[in-house]
Amino acid sequence: MLEVRDISKSFGDFQAVDSVNFSANKGEVLGFLGPNGAGKSTTMKMITGFLNSSSGDAIVCGASVNEKPLEAQSNIGYVPENAPLYEEMYVREFLEFISKMRSLDSNKISSRIDDIIKMCSLKEVEFQKIETLSKGYKRRVSLAQSLVHDPKVLILDEPTDGLDPNQKHDVRKLIKKLSKEKCILISTHILEEVEEVCDRCIIIGEGKKLFEGTPKELKDKSEKGRIQDVFRVITTGESMQGVAV
Amino acid sequence: MMAQVTKELMIKEFKSYFKTPLGYVFLVIFLFGIGYLTFEPGRGSFFYMREASMSAFFRYIPWMFLFLIPAVSMKLWAEERKSGSIELLLTMPITVKQAVIAKFLASWGFIGLALLGTTPMIFTVGYLGNPDFGVITLGYLASFLMAGALLAVGGFFSALTKNQVVSFILTVVACFVLIMAGSPPILEFISTLLPKYFVDLFESLSVLNHFDSIERGVFSLSNFWFFSVTIFFWLFGSIVLLNENKAN
Repeated sequence: MLEVRDISKSFGDFQAVDSVNFSANKGEVLGFLGPNGAGKSTTMKMITGFLNSSSGDAIVCGASVNEKPLEAQSNIGYVPENAPLYEEMYVREFLEFISKMRSLDSNKISSRIDDIIKMCSLKEVEFQKIETLSKGYKRRVSLAQSLVHDPKVLILDEPTDGLDPNQKHDVRKLIKKLSKEKCILISTHILEEVEEVCDRCIIIGEGKKLFEGTPKELKDKSEKGRIQDVFRVITTGESMQGVAV
Repeated sequence: MMAQVTKELMIKEFKSYFKTPLGYVFLVIFLFGIGYLTFEPGRGSFFYMREASMSAFFRYIPWMFLFLIPAVSMKLWAEERKSGSIELLLTMPITVKQAVIAKFLASWGFIGLALLGTTPMIFTVGYLGNPDFGVITLGYLASFLMAGALLAVGGFFSALTKNQVVSFILTVVACFVLIMAGSPPILEFISTLLPKYFVDLFESLSVLNHFDSIERGVFSLSNFWFFSVTIFFWLFGSIVLLNENKAN
């Protein structure tokens, strides 16, 4: 469903993403790991068609982002980093606007939004202005907007960043639930999250893919089973006792 | 035919003027300001001129627009870029071109509404005498076209920066130059630097000259083309600019 082919991005002399390849299928949650500034968000922005890639391509449900961006975008639900929203709108009004922009059938919009509001536990803030909401609610509104058109591919850029432990738990539970029907790419630097929700993970550092495999494979590289040690060795190139990569 | 997404974005943008005090503050200041300037007790005032026309009203329109249009256009893109919501917008199935047109039309519609708010002036003139309604209609058309041109300029500067205040200031300066391009002090200044050919070219770019000629009741196709081309040119500039720097 999602195939990323040798995608690269450079800003002047700076190579932000360097020939990254991966693919993900329906029912799969692919974790996208890396230190800050590794190129995670840039890669996601290229997949969603917000940024043009310098070379390479991403294929979303058979449509190339370079050649048929609108078709690819209609199959993607995207939660950008920091979950930006139109703060002056009301939650329900905002979701209605997104539904219309996503060309949903106008008769079905109302019931679809009811479902989404229930799914993302937004019932109690439905008629509040977004700017008055807490961070946790804003994240959930952002997640809700990515789901209104029932996309086949979900791209989530640090969806649990800044949430409290309970909220993180809720979001992960929702992701788990959605993963049966969708292909999900989730970026994070919270390593427990990877073990909890991801079927596979990719680690990138300085724009290059450094590792691809299951969280278990990642964990097994450390004798003590400490995933954070493996992450450190892979991304910094340091050596550490009991970790073999 | 306008695409569905363009229409939906336009409606949302138009409504957004009334989600914050901006829309109301603008309408109140504009309507009060233009009303005061028209009737103020100076030499150019409506009563002093003793004629049933709206020329006292239309004379001040460019100067009201000079400061108020940049206030309407400054948020168009700068706000989206600052908050990051541009990422949300442009990853929906909408092209940059459609988004630029939608936002431009929404702001133009808002100015149209502000101009509609001045219709009591027409009734006043109609009550006091027998004005030439054709000339009045052309005056409104000229005002609306000029608003479009200045909004397109403002949209461009809003796309240029993330900072709304910078966008406001740059738009005021650019609009001032465009409005004053045909005035003697500016033309004299230019003639000291550039050959005559450029002076003529610069003079022909004057928004005010084109506005005045329509407002006086002389509507020629060249005036209409001037405003259309100006709008098209600046919108095209915005599209190019956004494609280049939307992510920065």
